[in-house]
Amino acid sequence: MQQTITITKVKNPNGARVIPGFGLSMGVTITFLSLVVLIPLASLLLCAAKLSFSDFITIVTSRSVMCGYGVSLSCALFAALINCIFGLILAWILVRYNFPYKRFLDGLIELPFALPTAVAGISLTSIYSDGGWIGGLFDKFGIKISYTRTGITIAMIFIGIPFIVRAVQPVLESLDREYEEAADILGSNSFNTFCKVIFPEIFPALLGGFGLALARGIGEYGSVVFIAGNIPFKTQIAPLLIMSKLEQYKYEDATAIALVLLVISFLIMIVINTLQGHLYKIIKR
Amino acid sequence: MKKTRNKLIKLTSLLLAGSLLLSGCGDSGKDNNSNAENTNSDNKSSAAIEITNVSYDPTREFYEQYNKIFTEYWKKEKGQDVKVTPSHGGSGSQARSVIEGNEADVVTLALAHDITAIEEAGLIESGWIDEFEGNSSPYTSTIVFLVRKGNEKNIKDWDDLVRDGVEIINPNPKTSGGACWNFLAAWSFASNLYNDDEEQVKDFMAKLFKNVIVLDSGARGATTTFVENGQGDVLIAWENEAYLSVKEHPDEYEIVTPSISIKAEPSVAVVDSIVDERGTREVSEAYLQYLYTDEAQRLAGENFYRPSNEDILKEFSDTFDLNISMVSIDDFGGWDQAYKDYFDDGAIFDQIYEG
Repeated sequence: MQQTITITKVKNPNGARVIPGFGLSMGVTITFLSLVVLIPLASLLLCAAKLSFSDFITIVTSRSVMCGYGVSLSCALFAALINCIFGLILAWILVRYNFPYKRFLDGLIELPFALPTAVAGISLTSIYSDGGWIGGLFDKFGIKISYTRTGITIAMIFIGIPFIVRAVQPVLESLDREYEEAADILGSNSFNTFCKVIFPEIFPALLGGFGLALARGIGEYGSVVFIAGNIPFKTQIAPLLIMSKLEQYKYEDATAIALVLLVISFLIMIVINTLQGHLYKIIKR
Repeated sequence: MKKTRNKLIKLTSLLLAGSLLLSGCGDSGKDNNSNAENTNSDNKSSAAIEITNVSYDPTREFYEQYNKIFTEYWKKEKGQDVKVTPSHGGSGSQARSVIEGNEADVVTLALAHDITAIEEAGLIESGWIDEFEGNSSPYTSTIVFLVRKGNEKNIKDWDDLVRDGVEIINPNPKTSGGACWNFLAAWSFASNLYNDDEEQVKDFMAKLFKNVIVLDSGARGATTTFVENGQGDVLIAWENEAYLSVKEHPDEYEIVTPSISIKAEPSVAVVDSIVDERGTREVSEAYLQYLYTDEAQRLAGENFYRPSNEDILKEFSDTFDLNISMVSIDDFGGWDQAYKDYFDDGAIFDQIYEG
C-alpha cells in the first residue's frame, strides 16, 4: 500500500493537474452534463410547463397520485433504513475479515446493478409469493409478502443494497486501526468503541449511501411493478401512475408527477449532502 | 499494489467486453442502413427489402410463423426477398414508440385506440380502419376466464366473480389497453343483467374489482401472476392467451367461456408516412392483405385467434365456443367515447375505486 501512495504522489504533485487544461476538461464536463442530464431535465420542465399552475396542482394532489407518492416514499424510506443496518454489517464483514470466496461475495453485491430490473422483479415476486420458497414459509404465519407493501420494500432493498455497501466500504478500509487500539487501551469496551470511535467516522458515508438508496427506491419502476399488486390507493407506486398517464397519452400529466418526484429526490439529496459536509468538517477538526 | 492491478484487470476486461458488445450493435446497425439504402437507390424487385412490424405481446408466436409464409409468398410472387423484423411489447407503449420515431412500416396492435393515437400524431392517414376488411381486424378474439383444473369455486359466468371469496387476477385498464376489453366485457354482462341501470352496474363492477387481488400493469404480467406465481382463482384473459396457457400446462387449467363477452378486434394498419419515405408501401400493404388469405386465417386459428373469415372460423368450431353472445366496441360508441366514459381520469373506473 505504501508504495502506491508514493507513486501517486510523484505523478500528482498538486492534486488537480492529472488531466491537463482546466478549460478543456471543464468544457467537456459541461457539454457532457448538458447532453445527458441538463437538456433532458429541461425538456421535462418545458413539457410540464404546458400545464397551467392550477392544473398542475390538481394533477399532483389528486388522491391516487398522493397515495402513490406515499407508497413510494414510505417503502423507499424503510428499505433504505433496513439497508443501512445490513449494508453496514456486509461492508464490515468484507473489510475486516478474511474468508474463502470473499471476492466472490464482494462481486455479488453489485449484481443488483447489473441485473435487468424486470428480471429481478419477476424472480423476487415468484420467490416471495405464497407458493414460493421464502413466501411459502412466511405464509404459514399468515404473512403475505408479494403484492403488499412489504413486497415493494423488499424489491427496493434489493436494488438499494449496493449503494450502502459501496459507500461505506472504502471509508472502513481507510479507517486507521490505531484509534481503535487507543480506545481499547484507554479502557473502552467494544460497544463504546464502535459507537464513539468508528461510527462517527463512517456516518457521513453511510448517510450518503442512504440518500442514494432512498432516491433510487423512490424512482424505481421495473423491479417493483411486478411485486406491487398495483391496487389503487394501496399498492400503486408513483412511477406506475406515470406509466398509466403515458398509456393515456397524457404526456404533460406524466411529467407533472415525475417533476414532483424529482424535486422530492433532489431536496433529499441536497439536505443529505449539506449534512454530510458539516459532518466531514466536524470530523476533520 | 496487487489490489490495484487486480482492479485494473477487472476494469479492462469490463471495458473490453463492453466495447465488443457495442461494436456488435454498431455493425448490425450498419447492415440495416445499407439495406435501406439498397431499397431506396434501386427499386428493382430483385433487391432485398426489409419491413418492420410493430405488434403487441401475445402475437409473437403467430407472426413468427406468418412472417415465414409471407416471405415465401412474396418471393414466389415478386421474386424479391423480404425480411420482416418483428417487434413486440405492450400495445400502448408500442404505439408510443412509433409516435416517438420507431420506424414501423406496419402496426398490428391490440386495439384501434392505439392506432388512432398514431394517426393523431400525423403518421397514419385517417380512414385506415376501412382500409382492410372487418374494421381492419384480420383476426379477432374475446375475453374468457382461465380457472384452475377442477374449477373449485365453480365459476361459470361473470356473476360468479362477484361472490365473496373469489380471487381474481386482471390487468389494469389504465396501464394496459388490452385490459379495457376485459372491463367492457364485464360491463356489458352487468348492463344486460340490470337492464342498463347504471348505478346497479357500477355496483356490480365495484364488487368485481374488490375481488381483484392483483391489478397487473399488463396482460402478460397478469398471466404470469396467475400461472407462474399461483395467485387467485380466476384470470380474466384474452381467449388466445388463455389457450396458450392451457396448451403449455394442459393438466392444470381450464377455460370457462362466459355467456356474454366482447368481440376484441386487434387492428392493423400501414404507417403511411414511413412506407412513403422508405418506398415500402407495396410490400407493406400486401403483408397486411395476405393476413386475409385462407392460409393465414388458418394459421391465426391455430394460434387461437378467431379468424375473421366465417368459413374458416367454422373449421375451428371444436376449439372456440361459437355460441357466445358478443358485444362490440361500437356498442360503447367507439374507443374515444369508451375512454371518455370509463377509463379517463375521474371516469367510471376511477369512481369504482374511489367509492
